[in-house]
Order: sequence, then structure tokens, then C-alpha cells
Amino acid sequence: MLYLDESFRVKVGLAEMFKGGVIMDVTNAEQALIAEKAGAAAVMALERVPADIRKEGGVARMAPIRKIREIMETVSIPVMAKARIGHFMEARVLEALGVDYIDESEVLTPADEEHHIDKRQFKVPFVCGARNLGEALRRIAEGAAMIRTKGEAGSGNIVEAVRHIRTIVKEMRQLTVLGQEELVHEAKNLGAPLELVQYVAAHGKLPVPNFSAGGIATPADAALVLALGAEAVFVGSGIFKSDDPEARARAIVKATTYYQDPVKLLEASEELGLGMAGLDMSQIPESDRLQTRGW
Amino acid sequence: MKRVGVLALQGDFEAHRKAIERAGGAAVEVRTAAGLDSIDGLVIPGGESTTMLKLLDLENLFEPLREFGLRKPVFGTCAGAILMARAVTHPEQRSLELMDLVVERNGYGRQLDSHVARIAGPGLDDFEAVFIRAPIIRSVGPSVRVLATYRDAPVLVEAGRRMAATFHPELTGDLRIHRLFLEML
Repeated sequence: MLYLDESFRVKVGLAEMFKGGVIMDVTNAEQALIAEKAGAAAVMALERVPADIRKEGGVARMAPIRKIREIMETVSIPVMAKARIGHFMEARVLEALGVDYIDESEVLTPADEEHHIDKRQFKVPFVCGARNLGEALRRIAEGAAMIRTKGEAGSGNIVEAVRHIRTIVKEMRQLTVLGQEELVHEAKNLGAPLELVQYVAAHGKLPVPNFSAGGIATPADAALVLALGAEAVFVGSGIFKSDDPEARARAIVKATTYYQDPVKLLEASEELGLGMAGLDMSQIPESDRLQTRGW
Repeated sequence: MKRVGVLALQGDFEAHRKAIERAGGAAVEVRTAAGLDSIDGLVIPGGESTTMLKLLDLENLFEPLREFGLRKPVFGTCAGAILMARAVTHPEQRSLELMDLVVERNGYGRQLDSHVARIAGPGLDDFEAVFIRAPIIRSVGPSVRVLATYRDAPVLVEAGRRMAATFHPELTGDLRIHRLFLEML
């Protein structure tokens, strides 16, 4: 089975190390250092944070190599970078550069409107976004070693990440009570390989770590998605688009570890001012929603 | 049944919890100094050592953890081994100084250099070791017994009732190393 081979285990192994941690979007070495000092488990190097991509528009691509390299040279924690959906050549470049993880991300402008990257052909591990179980299992079938909810990146609004983690967890739970013949039917409905559907039915969880992203802006947001079943969080615009990036980064790290402890959550939230300005989903037309990218 | 704490600030503490339970111990997640009171030994898991250090400082856990380590058995894997070392390089960072080891972070390189290998030594027969952005133990003091080596460097070491591995026994089904730790309790 694909998820048991040696190379895949090493990829999933690194994802295991991020659990209970915060992966922070950074656009330069200075931000990466702030993230590391605040206790980030990893950083995600990109050219613009999602909130700016949303505002400025245009084609969003892989970050400039010089910037990613500078970040890799500055911090000792793992460095991830984003490639466009289906753009296996951006991924090849990032692999040659030696990044620790690639996010095949809907935040960037898709390069292929039908196919994702065949991630099994790479030595570097991949994380992919998902809104539901079928999408998550298709990405795993392609070789993703980590899944994250898509949420709605750059919105500062947690509602979509909540919808996605709840959907994935509920769909997994439903599989655990089905008989074998029903799983075949479900595999068809989900558009996912039977083998992976059977795995989820037997274990009640994905064969790879399941994280949350897209709209996390406060310590309580992070705690919320963890309580709903996410095993770690990605924070994009939420930190460096706020008035207090250093304190907020520290606070979200603390909230992620102590999400079950309301007193610690209060301590984490106490020193913070206003978070990033957010968007109600009604302000984001369907065509501008990043989460609909990916197939 | 012995109660084994797993430091659950960040990292693969869940994998350790399961391994301890399968090896016959009772596992409890520890996130506060009070959590140290009721356990017989502690596992410091893999993860990011800088993240764990940050939380140890933020939550005033550094000293209580060190004091616990001086009294009771502790087993660290990967980031845990880094935290237990006497000195850490690449880059230099603070540590609990519970074992006389000098450890180099990310000793093999980045994730592309992560790998699975067979290891062995005087204290351990053929074992499948998963190295993830693993550190390398560059030197050990006279108090330290080397149980297994890989590419001429120690990868599993013991000193008194403390043990450290640069790889991840919690990510394989092989429970021998966890049983070894349970026997120390």
C-alpha cells in the first residue's frame, strides 16, 4: 500500500513532528526570525500573504528563490514553500532548492485546471488543501503526506475552516459504521480510491496528519479548530497583518498547545489588541473564493 | 502499572503515547509542572526543539523539568535528545543538560536527507530507525553508554536512568526501545 512504503513514511514522519504546532506564513527573513522566536514549528515562505494576494490580484506564483533561500539560511526550523496547483515544475525547482515541504496551494493561481501534481514522483513531501473527505483522499492518493483544510485564506474569517474540518471529521466518522459493500459505494460517491476509504473506515482518521488552515486570526480561532479535530494549524495573514505580530504569534503558539485549557487561552488572549481586519463571506463573491480552486 | 508522562507541548507525543501503551505502560500527556508530580518517568518526544524551548520558558517549565530529570528516568527522541544534551550546536541553544552529550541539530541536513536505516550496537540488535531532520551526537562523556551506532556516530545512548535516541522508535512498530525505558522505571 502506498502509505506504507519507506519514502512515504519519512514524509509523513516530518508532518508528525509538526503536530500541536503552528506553521506561520512569512514573506522575508525578518518575519521568519520573528516566527521562529515566537515558537513556530515551521515557516511557509511566500511572496505575499493571502490577504495581499486577494487585495492586489494578478497571478500569484511561487515565491522568488532568493527570498526562500534567505529564509532557509536564517532559521533552523523547517521551511515550506508554495507551488501552484498542477505546476510540477515549480515543485521541481523548490525540491532542487531543498525546501522541507511543498504546499500545492489554492492560494496561488492554479497552473492546471484538471490535474494536481503527481506528488509520488518527488522526494520532498507535499501538503495539500481539502474541503471534504473526497478531496483529502484524492490528494493523498496523489502522494500528499499531510492534509490541511482550505478554509478561506486571507479572509481573517474562521467560518470556512470550521466548515471544512467539521465536514472531514463527520465524513470520516460516518465511514466507520459502514459495511464493506457500502464502502465501495462510498468510494464512488467520494471520488476516492477504495483502499483509502477502507483505511479511514477502519481507523476513523486519515492515514496522514490532518491540519487546519484558512482564516485563523486569533488564539481562540486556533483552539477552536484543534478542538474540532485538527492536529496543528497554519496561520497565514493572521499574524503579520495584525497590529502585534510578535505577541500574536506567541499567543497562537501557546493556544495551540493549551487548547483544552481555558485559563491558558485567556492568558494567551490577554495581551492582544485587534486582529487583522476580516471579511464576511458575503463580501467575497463565489468567483473570488480561493477554496474553490483544486479538483 | 508504571505511569509514563509524555511531554505534550508540541511534536509527535501521540505516537509516543501509543507506543508506551502497547509496550505495557500507562501514558499521560504532560503540559504543566503539576503534571510532573504523578509520573514515574518522562518521554520528551520529537518535534521542534526551538518550539519546545519557547514553551518551556513561557510556562516556567524549564527548571521543574530539569529537576524532574535529575530525580527520575527521562527518555528523549530527536528534539528530546537535543533538549537533554549538555551542549547543542548548529545553532547553539540552551538545553536541560541531563546527559553528557554534544548534539548537532539537523546533522544530516534538511528533510531531503531524512531517511530510514537499519542500526545496531552493543545494546540493541538490528532495529529499523527513522531519521527525520535528525541531530547527530558529536561526542559523549565518560558516563554515557552507547547502545547503538549508525555511520560511526552514537544514535541510542544511556546514562544512569536517562536515555536518548536521535531517531524515532515511536514511528515504527518495534517496541523494544520503549520496553527498555519501561524497565528503567
